[in-house]
Formats: sequence, C-alpha cells, structure tokens
Amino acid sequence: MSLSVPDLNLRIVVPALIVSITALVVLLGELVTPAARKRWLGYTSLIGLLIAVGATFGLWDAHATAFGGMIAADNFGLFLTLVILLGALLSVLLSVDFLRAHQVEHGEYYMLVLSAVVGMIVMATATDLIVIFLGLELLSLPLYILAAFKREDGPSLEAGLKYFLLGAFSSAFFLYGIAFVFGATGATNLTKIAAAIAKNPSGDLLLVGAGLLLVGFAFKVALVPFHWWTPDVYAGAPTAVTAFMSVAVKAAAFGAFFRAFFVALPGLAMDWRALVALIAVLTMTLGNVAALLQSNIKRMLAYSSIAHAGYILVALVAMGAQGSSSALFYLLAYTLTNLGAFGAVIALSDGARERLEIGDYAGAAQKQPFAAAALTICLLSLAGFPPFAGFVGKFLIFSAAVETGWAWLAVIGVLNSLVSVYFYLRPVVQMYMTEAQPGWDGSATLTTRIAPLVALALAIAVVGVLALGLFPTPAIALATGGFVR
Amino acid sequence: MDLIVFYLFATLAVIAALGVVALRNPVHAALCLAVVFISLAALYVLLSAPFVAAAQVMIYAGAILILFVFVIMLLSPGVDQGAGALKWQRPLAAVFGLALAVELILVLASAVLPAARGQYTPERLAQIGDVQAIGALLFTDFLLPFEITSLLLLVAMVGVIVLAKKRVRS
Amino acid sequence: MSLDPLVITIIEALVKSIVVIVGLLTAFAYLTLVERYVVAKIQSRIGPNRVGAIGPIAVLQPIADALKMIFKEDIWPAQADQVAYTIAPGIAVGTALVAWAVIPLNPSLTIAGYKIDFYIADVNVALLYLLAIGSLGVYGIVLGGWSSNNKYSLLGALRSTAQMVSYEISLGLGLVGVLMISGSLSLVDIVQKQATVWNVVWQPLGLIVYFIAATAEINRLPFDLPEAETELVAGFATEYSSLKWALFYMAEYINMITISVIASTLFLGGYQGPFGILPGFHWLFLKIAFFIFVLMWIRYTFPRFRYDQLMRFGWKVLLPLALANIFVTAIVMVVLGR
Repeated sequence: MSLSVPDLNLRIVVPALIVSITALVVLLGELVTPAARKRWLGYTSLIGLLIAVGATFGLWDAHATAFGGMIAADNFGLFLTLVILLGALLSVLLSVDFLRAHQVEHGEYYMLVLSAVVGMIVMATATDLIVIFLGLELLSLPLYILAAFKREDGPSLEAGLKYFLLGAFSSAFFLYGIAFVFGATGATNLTKIAAAIAKNPSGDLLLVGAGLLLVGFAFKVALVPFHWWTPDVYAGAPTAVTAFMSVAVKAAAFGAFFRAFFVALPGLAMDWRALVALIAVLTMTLGNVAALLQSNIKRMLAYSSIAHAGYILVALVAMGAQGSSSALFYLLAYTLTNLGAFGAVIALSDGARERLEIGDYAGAAQKQPFAAAALTICLLSLAGFPPFAGFVGKFLIFSAAVETGWAWLAVIGVLNSLVSVYFYLRPVVQMYMTEAQPGWDGSATLTTRIAPLVALALAIAVVGVLALGLFPTPAIALATGGFVR
Repeated sequence: MDLIVFYLFATLAVIAALGVVALRNPVHAALCLAVVFISLAALYVLLSAPFVAAAQVMIYAGAILILFVFVIMLLSPGVDQGAGALKWQRPLAAVFGLALAVELILVLASAVLPAARGQYTPERLAQIGDVQAIGALLFTDFLLPFEITSLLLLVAMVGVIVLAKKRVRS
Repeated sequence: MSLDPLVITIIEALVKSIVVIVGLLTAFAYLTLVERYVVAKIQSRIGPNRVGAIGPIAVLQPIADALKMIFKEDIWPAQADQVAYTIAPGIAVGTALVAWAVIPLNPSLTIAGYKIDFYIADVNVALLYLLAIGSLGVYGIVLGGWSSNNKYSLLGALRSTAQMVSYEISLGLGLVGVLMISGSLSLVDIVQKQATVWNVVWQPLGLIVYFIAATAEINRLPFDLPEAETELVAGFATEYSSLKWALFYMAEYINMITISVIASTLFLGGYQGPFGILPGFHWLFLKIAFFIFVLMWIRYTFPRFRYDQLMRFGWKVLLPLALANIFVTAIVMVVLGR
C-alpha cells in the first residue's frame, strides 16, 4: 500500500528539533568528556538553547501548523517557547557550578534538562490532545529523574519517587479525559473538538472528559486540591532542579491548559468557568496561607508557586485575548523572578551547604550584599511591589478579570497578594536587620564572590525583573499573540 | 458469539482487576494483573485489532509485568498488613472512589457516542490488514507522536541508568 | 445435513487441536529417548537397551518412565503457595502447546470436496502471537520457583526472569528480518513466499541470532542457569516431584520442538522441500529433527555460561547483531528496490 505523508512543514518544529539534537550531542559528549571538563556539556547546552531562541524568533508570526495539524507555531506558543527557553538557559547557568559543588556533575543532567525542554516546547505548541499528552510525559519523565538526581540524598530520592508516583497517577486521569473527549467528539485535534462541540454542544461524556483533563492539568501546575506533592518535591529536589521545574513546567502546562480550554472547550465555558474560579480562589488562598507557616525557604517558595498558579488561573477565568496575553506576560515575569529567587538561594549558599531555614539568612546582606539584593528584588517582585515585573503581571491579570466581570476574583487576588507580603519580607528582614547566626558568620569558605555563571544568571534575572517592571510595553506587545485555530 | 466472548473476558477482566486491588499477597495481585492484560487482549481481538492484542500480551504481560514480579520477588515484601499511619484515608478513599464510580456509570450508561465512525471498519481492516494499517498510520498521520515517543523512551532509559548504575568514584 | 458453518469451524479446530496435542505428547515421550541415545553416542556410551528392546533400541522406555513418574510421591513443600505451586507446571505446558495453533504443517489438501488446512488458525499476526505466547512461558518457571518457598527455587526463578527478558528482545529482533522480506506476519504467507528461495539465504544472521536467543528462552544448555544443577540443586524445579515435575520436563521438550518448528518455518521454508519430492510434512519433520539434533549436540558439548557472561553476551553481542541485521536488511532492500 502506498503511504501519503501529510504536510510535515518541519520548519515549525525547528526550535524543538534543535533542542533535541543538542540533547543527543550532550548525551554522546558525556562519553568522551573527562570528569574535569563536564562543564563543557553545560556550555554546549547553553549554545543549543541560544540557537533555539534565535530559531523561535525566526518563526515569529509564522502562524502555521505542521504534521497534519498536530503542532503549531502561533505567537502564543512561540512566546511560551521563549519563556521556556529562557527558563532553561538561566537554570543551566545556575546548574554548572551547583552540580560541581554538590558532587553530582554528570552530563546526563543536561541531557535530561534539554529533553524536558523539548517536552515543554511540544506541550506549549501542540494542537492535538495526543501530542499534548506526549509532551506532558516527555517533560515529566526527566523531571522525575532530575528531582532524584542527588541519589545518595534521602529527601531528593523521596522527592523523585513522590513526584513520579503522583505524576503517573495524574497522567492516567489526563489520558482518561482524552478518551472521554474523543468518545464524545470523535477527535483529538483541538480545532476539530471545538467544531464538534459547536455542532452538538451538550453531553455528559464531554463534561466528564473536560473535568478529567482539568484534573490532569491541575496536577501539573499544582492547583489546590492537587498540590500536595509540591512542597515535598520542591524542597527535596536539588535547588537548581527546583528552580527549573518551578517555572518551566508552569509555562508549558499552562500553555497547553489555556490552549485546550480556549481553543477546544470554549463552548463549555459556562460549565467550567465558575469551577475554575473556585479552584483559583482556593489555590491562591491556600498557597499564601500555607506559605506563611513555612520556616524552610524552599517550602515557602513551593507554596508561593502554588499561589502564583492561582493568580494565573484568574487569567484563564477571564478568557479572551486579554486573559491569554496577561497570562503570557505573567509567566514571563514569574519565570525571571522565581529563577532569580532560587538563583539567589544558590548564590547565598556555602559550597554544598545551603541556607535552607529562613533563620539562616540572618545577616547575609553583610556577607554577600549582591546576592542578598537580588533575592530582595525578586521577593518583592513576587509579592507584587512596583516597580518590579510581578506588579505589572498582577495588574494585567486582575484588570483582565475586572473588565470581564470577575471583579470579586480580582479582589480576592489582591487580598491574597497583601497576605503574601508578610512571608516574602521575612527573609529580607532577616538578611538586613539581624545579626548572622553562629555557623554562618565566620565561615572561611563563605565569600562575597559569586560564581561567574550564577552571577550572570542573577544579573539577567534582576535586570529582566526591573526592565519588565519599568518598561513593560514591548513585552506586552509580544504577548498579545493569538492561537492557530 | 462475539457477545458471549465479550462478556466472558470482560467479566474475567473485572474480577481479576478487583483481585489486583484486594489480594494481600503482591505476587497474587501481579498474577491477577496478568489475567487482566490477557483478557484485555482478547477484547482487542474482538475489536478487530489483533496487532494491539499481541502487543498487549507481549509487552504488558510478557515484559513489564514480569519485571514487576521480578522486583516483588527480589524484595519479598511479604503480605500487606493494611495501611498503618494512613488509616483515616481508607473510608475517605472509599467514599470518593464510590462517588466517582457512580458518576462514571451514570454517564456511561446514558451516553450515546455522538462521534462519527472512523474510516477503519472491520471490513476495511480485513482488506488492507490490521498491522499494515497501524504501520501506515504511524508513519503518516501519527508521525509526530511516534517520534516524540522515541525520545521519551530514550529519556526513560537514560533515567534508569542515571538512577541505578554504579558510579565509578573518581 | 446442514450444520452451522460456525459449528463446523469449532469442531474442525477441536479435532486439529487434539491431533496436534496428542502428536506433541508422543513426540515428547520419544524425544526423551532420542536425547538419551544422542548423549550416549556423544559420550561413547550405549544408552537404554532393556525395556521392550527391539534390537538396540528400548522402544517401551518412555512408557516405563511415565509409569514410574506417576507412582512417585507428590511432595508439597511446607508453606508453599498452594495455588501458584499447582498452576505453575500447567502454565509451562499450556504456553508450550498453544504456540502450535498458528504453525502450518503441510500444504492445504482438498479431499472429497472439503479443503483441509494443516494449521489450526491463520491469523495475520501469527509471528507476534508466537512471540507473545513465548513471553508468557516464563510465568510457569517464575511461579514454580517462587511458590516452592525454597531459596534455590527462588534464585532459579529470578535468574530465569532476567534471562528471559534479556533474550526476548534479541529473539524478536532476530525475526524482524524475515518479516521485512516477507511483508507479512502470517506464517502461512511466510512459508508460501519461500517456495523458490528459503529465507535463510537472505537471513543467515537472523537465523543464528534467533536460534541462540531461543535456546536461552527455553533454558537449554549453555543457558540453563535457572536450573544449573551444580549450583542450585535443580533451580526452580528443586521442590517439584511426580507428575508436576514431569509437566515441567514436558514443557521443556515441547518448547524444543516449538523453537525448531519456528526456525524451520521462518528460515528453512517450512513444509516446502526442494525438487517436489516427498510430501510437505516429511520435509518439516526432517528440518525439525535437524534443529533438535543441533540443540542436543550443543547441550552435550558446551559448558554453562556464567551469569555475567550470559548478560554481557545477550546485551552486548546478540542485541547489536540483531539490530545490525535489521539495518543491513533494510539497506539492501532499498538498494534492490524491493
């Protein structure tokens, strides 16, 4: 029998292709790289990611699909691709010296990070539920392993195992949801699903399917009540990995989440909008309240990431062009800010010894003023203070909600932001207004010098946070991109 | 005839699936899982998908489950004595599980599949061959998922080696 | 007389199954005898020559063996897992037998207007069916070893799992070349396509890889680590006695015949013979006999692999060879434009 291959249009997947090839190069390079030169694999990854960034810009406004409509390059997906690549670049910068310090300098690390990036790009640009699912798996699997990468460390292993078990469980829900949606509409392509719903809008089967998809997405972006894994995984995983997964996974999963609900299921908006609004309220509130109670900074940032997922969900409820563009901007701002915060945690550590308890940050500003300043800026941005990026992001999302008639949701969001100020300021107060604790004051190895790559990453993050806060217009213009339908 | 076979294997699959959850001895549970897999394979045959059926038996029952059994025997965890610290979860899990089951049964019982039939009818499959049809689809319409899966499997392999292989201390 | 065609099909399948099973069981019984003569010859001994001897051959020896086996005590180890201990030998024999459902033994004949096919079923995924059934065979050994509640048995079972899973991959990949050439998974088709040239001409490496991997799959020396009588008493079968033990033994011999018939069917043209002399089944019989003889020959001339050698050989030699075979086959097919 003869095969008729659909229009491949490989150009559309070039960014993902470049990252895949880099991953394979790194994997093979690991074989021939001597132990002392493993950082070159990190540099290789950086080069690959930078080329992919260029390729993504090259596709801007392409607005086309590939592989018979399974994947697309529209400005929504391309913007997220950029956010993901930016997150990966900064994470790799943070990782090079981190891996050496923690004695887990293995080339597979970069290969796994790059594979996860491929999965994320696929997920953010996929226009078919099957491809979304595969992207989800391709980003999750490397992260399970990365979470357990310090395999002689109990909490790290626990994080990996917990993430794996719960992740596999949630994948099953997602897949079940796809099956229901397919049964109800006869399609896995998002546009075709939308068409089928427009023709035949009612159906319990479809609602169950949409609900199960919601559960799957909710797990990946850590929405209440599917957030239980987050604190343990974020706290147990190596800090550089936590930094990466706290931002890039959110960008990819929210990308697919928005695309699936805006492109395929807008016909059901009456049914899911209120439910998602409720989840948003729960997520924001629980994330912020629980963060208040944490004494470990990684756990605090984990709960804070839950809260931020709640804010982004407000944009989903708002729907429309404003909803998606405000979410895009927020994801960019959040990526820079959160990576800056985790980067500062890494920069403030003493070799493999990290400042995990908030008490450890006492007096850090005198010892390491630059890293302390970076952490302060990022935490303030997370709290939503002007003139930082976080403020603009929240402003955009809440105004989108107000303009679409969800003012009460915006009010709850603002109240939550106020609560969050308290826990974000605690490390800042410790750093600037308290004397250093024994163990952290006279350490000979603790220097004011930050490893150059970490410093570079911090500088990019801080400059980005300030630039987005002071001159948000160009980024907002980029973030307006729409969907291929 | 088809209907009889369907109900036979469907019942078997459900009973064995219950066994997987209910049996205390992990090896017995694993065996029940093998029965589930084989029953599902029989259902695939009824659906004119013998390739999927064979792959199901070969991969799930013949390879994956054997590895499960291998690990179970290697660790010999003994018989499950019931949840210890998480006892309060049991009734909760039962309530939620039942709620979900009732919901799904209600939906599925009332549902009519509105979707149109696909192009691969049993007659068409008999004509072009089921394996040929799947092969052709994998290399045309589903090329992208196919390629992503290859990367996924590579990552899984690398991951296992990263986590399990002995490191030569330098 | 008008019977429902469905009923006829069922009756036909039943009759064929019974014939195949009875044939296999007889073959098993006499194969044990043949093996004893082959080993006797290799080791310069005489072999059995007492029970019902016709000349130098003890024709009734297998029957005497069977009777002895039946009257042995059926021993139950303390704390054995009753269910698994009982069904394990059954699984071993069952999987060995059902593989035969798809193997064509003879060209179809038409007798008195009724077409007789000499296979039980011609499914279009027969090759996969064989692999699937083969992959289930390990359950018998694993369960038998585990349920015996004996450390030697358990070690045998564990070894068997690792070995089977490792060699199954090469086994399947070794057959892919044949599949590519034939363009079909149906054994009937594959045999018919070898009317002029046997597949072994194009796939010599495929045959070697398959045969080695299959030897490992049925735990014959030099791959008999699950039994390894010098290390593990009798491995997974240590606690078994009487008829249950006989069933394991039976499974091993039927498996020998099965892999020989698969090798003959896929690589040596099945029932196809040269020059049209001799009816089909005789050719198949000769080919099976050849492979079985090779199996026995290997068994009594090679020492057992050590465990790490076994793994290294499987993963680092056999698997790359199988993959290389597929690559080369694909390239040659493209170059020849087939």
